[in-house]
Parts: sequence; C-alpha cells; structure tokens
Amino acid sequence: MTPFTQLTAPACPLVRSNVDTDQLIPARFMKEPRRVGYGQFLLYDLRHDDTGKPIGDFILNQPGADQSQIMVTRRNFGAGSSREAAVYALVDFGFRCVIAPSFGDIFSSNAVNNGLLPALVSEADADRLLNALETEPTHITVDLATQQIHFADQIIPFDINAVWKTKLLNGWDDIDLTEGYRSAIDSFLLTYQTRYPWTQGQPEGALGLIARDNR
Amino acid sequence: MSRQTLFDKIWQSHEICQNDEGQSLLWVDRHLAHEGSFHAFNKLAERGLTVRHPELTLGIADHYVPTLSRSLTDVNEKTRNVIEQLISNTRAHGVPLIGMNDPRQGIVHVVGPELGLTQPGLVMVCGDSHTSTHGALGALAFGIGASEVAHVLATQTLWQNKPKQLRIRINGSLSPAVSAKDIALAWISRLGADGARGYAIEYAGSAIDDLSVEARLTLCNLSIEGGARCGMIAPDEKTIEYLRDRPMAPKGEDFEFASTWWRTLATDADASFDREVELDASDIAPQVTWGTSPEEAMPITGRVPNPDDEHSPDKARQHRDSLEYMGLKPDQLLTDIVINRIFIGSCTNARIEDLRAAAAVLKGRKSKVPGLISAGSTQVKAQAEAEGLDQIFIDAGLEWRESGCSMCVGMNGDQLKSGERCASSTNRNFKGRQGLGSRTHLMSPAMVAAAAVAGHLADVRPLLQEVSQS
Ligand code: SF4
Repeated sequence: MTPFTQLTAPACPLVRSNVDTDQLIPARFMKEPRRVGYGQFLLYDLRHDDTGKPIGDFILNQPGADQSQIMVTRRNFGAGSSREAAVYALVDFGFRCVIAPSFGDIFSSNAVNNGLLPALVSEADADRLLNALETEPTHITVDLATQQIHFADQIIPFDINAVWKTKLLNGWDDIDLTEGYRSAIDSFLLTYQTRYPWTQGQPEGALGLIARDNR
Repeated sequence: MSRQTLFDKIWQSHEICQNDEGQSLLWVDRHLAHEGSFHAFNKLAERGLTVRHPELTLGIADHYVPTLSRSLTDVNEKTRNVIEQLISNTRAHGVPLIGMNDPRQGIVHVVGPELGLTQPGLVMVCGDSHTSTHGALGALAFGIGASEVAHVLATQTLWQNKPKQLRIRINGSLSPAVSAKDIALAWISRLGADGARGYAIEYAGSAIDDLSVEARLTLCNLSIEGGARCGMIAPDEKTIEYLRDRPMAPKGEDFEFASTWWRTLATDADASFDREVELDASDIAPQVTWGTSPEEAMPITGRVPNPDDEHSPDKARQHRDSLEYMGLKPDQLLTDIVINRIFIGSCTNARIEDLRAAAAVLKGRKSKVPGLISAGSTQVKAQAEAEGLDQIFIDAGLEWRESGCSMCVGMNGDQLKSGERCASSTNRNFKGRQGLGSRTHLMSPAMVAAAAVAGHLADVRPLLQEVSQS
C-alpha cells in the first residue's frame, strides 16, 4: 500500500450527515469485479437523477471535482453496511482522505486497510472547514505526522487511532505484519485447544453433513 | 480475575498478543462467508495465499439468491456469477458450504444460531455488519470488511482495538405487543445512529432476561444501527437449552463441559462499564421510523417531527432532507402515512416467532397492499409451513417466498419501485436500500402486519385486542 504522509490537494465539501455506505455505493453495483473501477459508482444515486442523467449541481459533478482527493463531510459518515466497496468507490474516484466529525466503525478500518485516511475533527472544525470550502474550491493540506489540517491561514487538529496512524504512515498491510506473529499464534493455540477443545471445528458428523452440501 | 465483563472474559481468552501500539491479535473461532466474500478470496488469490483453517469458515448463500425459485437459470448473469464465485471459492479452498439448494440454507445470521454454530464465548466474524446478531447467545461477534475477511481466511486471526463498553439496561417488563425491535429502535432514537460508536454493548436488565433467544437475536442484530460493532447478552439457562441438540453445538459430555464454562461468562456483579444507559421497558411503545436513518424512529402514536422545532441546524437540515426523500409533511400523524407494500424478512425479523407474530395479526384478515414474506431460513420456512402460517399469509393476499436476504437489500432483484413506500421488518431505512428511490419504514413484524391490514402505518395493539376478544 502507498504510505500516507502529507497530502495537498483540492478538497470537496459534502454537506450532509449520515452518508451511509449504501449511499456511497448502492448495492446493485456490488456484483462488479473491482477491475471495472468503482469510482464511477461513488454516491451514484446522489450524482444521478432517476433517468441516470448526472445532476449538474451535485458537488462531484462540478468541474474540477474529479481532481479532488480530500472529502469534507458531516457526522456518521460511512455508517451501516460493512461493504468495503464503499471505500473502493472513494479510492478509485481518487480520494485519499475523508474529514468528518464521526465515522462508521467498520468503514474506518476498511478505509485504513486501503490507505484512505479517516480524519476525525470536531463538529465546530468541520463547520469551519465546510464554510471555507463553500466560498471557493480550495487546496488544503493534511499532514498525518502532526495530525493537522492547514487551510487558508488556519490550522485545525484531527484525531486518528495510533495504530492506524502507524499503518498509514508506513503503508503496512496486516497480513504481512501477522506473518511475524506465527509462533505466538501457534503457542496460543496449544493452550487454547486444550482448554476449549469443542471450539476446534464442528462436532463429529456435523461437518460431514455440511460437506455433503448441495452446491 | 474478578470484576470482568462478559466482553472482557471473551476478549481475554482470545487475545494472542498485543502489538507495540496496544492493538490485540484475536483468535477467531468461527467465520461465516456469503457471496460478497469474493473480494476477499480475490485478495488471497492475488497474493497466492491459502485458507489457513478451512474447517472454521462456513460458506452460506443468502445475499443474492433468488426467492421466487431455487434455480440459477432464473437469475441474471451477473447475479449468477456472484453466487457461482462463492461455490468455486469455497470448493477451491475446502471450505464447507451451505448452498442455495441445501435444506439448511438461509440468512447467515439466522442459520448460525439455528444450527448451533453460534455459541457463548466464541469470537465470530463475517463480512456483514449484522454479525452483531450472534452476540445474543453470548458470543463476541462483529462485522468486518473484505480486507479483514482476507486476513481471517489467511491467518484465522484479526487485529482489533479494544472498544469501550456500554451497558444498556432495560428494566421492568414490556407491554403486550411491544417487542425486541421496539426496544432497539427506542434506544437508537434516543442515543443516535452513532450513539454507541466505539462501544461494545451488553444488554441487561429484567426485560432482557425475559426475552426469548430469538428476540435477543433481533435486539443484538440492531446494535450496529446504533453504531456499535457488537451487542451481547450473557448466556443463561435459556441460551443453554436453546443450544442443546443443535447439529453444530457440542455433543454429550462436550456439551456439559462447554456449558459449565458458558455459565461462568456472565459479567461479574462488581464489573464496571465506561457508560451505562437505562430505559424503562414500560415506557416503550411500538416504534416506526419516519426518516432515512434508524435514529429517526418514534412511537406509532406520534407525529412526523417539524424541522422548525429542531434547535440544532444540522439536525434540522437532516430532518428536512429525510422528509423530502420520504415524501412526508411536518406534523402529520404517523398513522396517516399510506403504504404501497410490505416486506417481512431479513436477519432482523424473519425467525419463526416473528412469522408467528405477523400471522397472529393477519389471520382471517386481508392485506390492503401487496407484499413479500421471505423466511429467515429454509428451515424456518418449513417450520412455518408445518404450522400453516404460509396459508395465513397467502390467504391475506401476500407472497410466500424462498429464504434469503431478499428485499432487505435488494441485491437479488427483490426491490421496490422508485417512490414506493414499504412497511418493512428489516434493519435499514437508508435511501435506496430497498431499491432506487425506495421509501422504507422500519417496524416489528406484528406492526408490518398491522400496516398491511390498515393500508397505512398503524398501531398493532387494537388489532390484537380484537383478536383476543373474538
Ligand atoms: S438480511 Fe439484510 S442485513 Fe441481514 S445479512 Fe442479509 S442483507 Fe444483511
């Protein structure tokens, strides 16, 4: 994964709360393989009218929106379904950072696993930022090491879980990291299996029942 | 060792180690995989990895399966493709699968408890946010994204930050016709759709003790709608009796051995929580949602809120936006909201008790609107048919379908038309959730049945009184 250190890019205001993952990518697009590029599906039903025509004044349809890499929005962004496709849609569109006063829990971990920074700010700071962006499309700078957002002549702090910060800064991937813990896992299992033997797979017969599955 | 919560006890027994930043590596006992797992299997393939413990994952087809028939020839190519990927991925990795035509097929979160795969004290995950359901049996169960699913497949472990803990106590007892769904919508409307974000919830109190296991599953299922990744209830004798003799629960001596441990899992009397919330069960009336977030719920006796009365500008804007999308007017009576369709289904409210509750209202009555009923599992469907519930629904003019996620998410094509308004026993009233432009009102199955009979949102209580008087 590409490390995330500092990003200066045009920011895009999405002045709404509760933008859930069903809105970020409607379920009907999730049958598609990732290689088709999920950016085209991002916020599809907000971007298009009932006939599929792009809605001109929606923020992502405005000239230059395709250049923006930072989204600023309101509370409870990414709530709901665990679909990582919501993050794929943001990332494939070009976003590398979302700034909001709160995020859906599963969304945040999905974001970090795809190199997308979920930056937590206070409600008041989100308002200041959204106000600044409303007046003119603006480049802002997000600096992960210092956890600061610079815009116009202002600086606002943001929060990010320490582990996630390290992962993003280094572009680390969990599967690689976990390989280093192989012996810890093995020795854990020795004790665990003795203490809770019934947790190791299905009881005699049940698995056979399942294996005879009706594919 | 004292002063531990149910959550602490499970977390501690599954913690392999911590990294420098204090994140824990957890052992995962059970992983459930549905059709959406193809992204995760593709990740494994990209990296040339195999499934480390195929015997601890169970594949189940639910999200995309057709409900009109059980034939793959009846679905479009893209949908078929997704179902076939689940078959080929599980087969390639030796992962057991409950396929579309298996008599035990159903929605993952209905099938897990039903087969006894869900057990107290286990850590369970699935690439689906309603995995919180399984916490009803005292498991630590939560939804994960595709990267995390790939990690579980490759290592049978998961890195997690320990969440804070919230106890929601429901004291007293529920009034007749008030259900677990109403408890959930009541607390979510009070705390907000992100009110429990960052917390693991434990539900406790006399009203929770009184709930059946199935009702507890409904309550824990909805934890995610309040922002919590998991919700749990301490295992008690009801839990243990529920699990006895289920096919995937431990057998014989193993069962006795396991249940001895299960009995020790309840939160210690002197354990403390980061936050406590209490509700009085007798204050909870049947709830419906009027907006596009589960927090936009209120008692059926109320009126649609007026954004002008809201002092937070952000809330006012959100309410205006919801009212516009839902096509509602401020201050209108909830019982004046006319519906076009009903749906009873989903992992929230499609177990046998849910179908019985709906049938009790629909018996001998007609639905004024068309609608679908899709049982939570093929076994639930068979049980309902054995009890004659299917005939009650059909006589009421409703469609009795095969089991699957169906119109909860509409991935299989069971969708509302744009602008259609549905009384639904599901879990999300999000914009477009039941199809582009769909308008969803969440409520309990009995309340859906009442709406069907009335043709508009309605209080189920008078209808049930008529039944008991006749
Ligand atoms: S029924 Fe709905 S909420 Fe439940 S698993 Fe299926 S899609 Fe998800």
